[in-house]
Amino acid sequence: MTLLSVKNLTVKLGGHTALTNIDMSISKGEIVTIVGPNGSGKSTLLCAIVGAVKPTKGIIQKAADLRIGYVPQKLHIDATLPMTVARFMRLPDQHDIATVNETLGLVGLHDIEDQQMTTLSGGQFQRVLLARAILHKPDLLILDEATQGLDQLGSATFYRLIETLRSKLGCAILMVSHELHVVMSASDRVICLNGHVCCHGTPDIVASTPEYRALFGTGTQGALALYRHEHNHSHDHDTCDHIHHEKA
Amino acid sequence: MFEILWIPALLAGIGVAIATAPLGCFVVWRRMAYFGDATAHVAILGIAISLVLSTNIFIGVLAVTLIMGFIISSLTGRGYAMDTLLGVMAHSALAVGLVVVSFIKGVDIDLHDYLFGDISAVTTTDLITVWLGALVVLALVRWRWSALLTATLNEDLAYASGINPKREQLILTLALAVVVAVAIKITGILLITAMLIIPAATARPFSRTPEAMALIATLIGGFVAFTGIAASRNWDTPTGPTIVCVAALLFIISNVVRLTRQTG
Repeated sequence: MTLLSVKNLTVKLGGHTALTNIDMSISKGEIVTIVGPNGSGKSTLLCAIVGAVKPTKGIIQKAADLRIGYVPQKLHIDATLPMTVARFMRLPDQHDIATVNETLGLVGLHDIEDQQMTTLSGGQFQRVLLARAILHKPDLLILDEATQGLDQLGSATFYRLIETLRSKLGCAILMVSHELHVVMSASDRVICLNGHVCCHGTPDIVASTPEYRALFGTGTQGALALYRHEHNHSHDHDTCDHIHHEKA
Repeated sequence: MFEILWIPALLAGIGVAIATAPLGCFVVWRRMAYFGDATAHVAILGIAISLVLSTNIFIGVLAVTLIMGFIISSLTGRGYAMDTLLGVMAHSALAVGLVVVSFIKGVDIDLHDYLFGDISAVTTTDLITVWLGALVVLALVRWRWSALLTATLNEDLAYASGINPKREQLILTLALAVVVAVAIKITGILLITAMLIIPAATARPFSRTPEAMALIATLIGGFVAFTGIAASRNWDTPTGPTIVCVAALLFIISNVVRLTRQTG
């Protein structure tokens, strides 16, 4: 069952075209990862799906009563705003405290509900964001570079948690990341974005396409080699016309 | 100690405090202090227009500040930063207002009363206006509380929860316009922002949740208004500045308490 499909989406932001003719969809229970260099429109695509950015052209179709959980890229809580974990979890919808604690337990946080948000560590903070996003049992969980600021071990743990959640909750997951190797191994499908969809498919197929390699290079990280099966695919997709060589 | 005449003034002052304190929390959280100042400056134009047309000051000020709110909300993000737009509008309106006032012949206008508040001039009509305004603002903030709070935390998070942060921003702007219009007689234009910010800032060290902060700020605001008006009556000092002096004193005490708690 298709939860969400994006058709021919073009987004212009203040005269600059951020996204051109994007087609994509996500089905129930799928993990789809969007990869792409900085400025490739990854976040803009998520914003359009969430409704924070209006499409200039094209449509975004959502299944009826689709519940979306959203984990933002970063969240700054002003020091003047007092906010306990429990209060943050119940914003804007009131859930009973038992559900809140149960959900915090799902992401591995215990006895934390009375703490101030500003006193949490980076990893705890991201888990609270994740817990808040899954509190209302979403069909689709959207994560925008959710592991920014976490170390390698922290983000690996975080992604394992997301996989666990998918199997526990049965929700589809759409995420954006540039931590290619970690993310791709957990994904069912990968969409490589650079203003337009460069290539898409299963992780191993995408990793071996010339478009993907043009964007991210080959053999830069050992972990990436996991997906270098040296297929000899020919792709009929558009080639990337504004290539950023990112040798991360 | 109080003659019966001072009861309307006290009630009006407390009404203003009730309206400004919860709204002031949002002004602090969203760093909108400059917005409060700008709205208050624009109010001078409203006063000038009311004087020219011989209408109620409250209506003139409300009209002008509401218009400013709408203009700012619709222009923000189109090439100029919010504070630039506010600066242009607020000071232009202030300047136009002052020039217009100078043209009014035969009317003895003392802008001093509007700048610093004149509690002795509070009429029953003023009292009703203040409390109606305060109740409107309270109802507005109460009604939108969760949405306003979510939008204050993060705009994308708000969108994902089906909340339009631009709409919430507009609601705050409108509430601010009402507060400025009702507070002019009591605190005066120059000191409205103080009544928005100082009670909220004073409440912060004692609050664990946003709701607690709004409630404590309201209590502090009410206390400050009461004490300030009483003091201004007693020593024959200007009302607005006296109220703000009391507020500032409480702010200092609250922070001394916070610092000693941290170190102790």
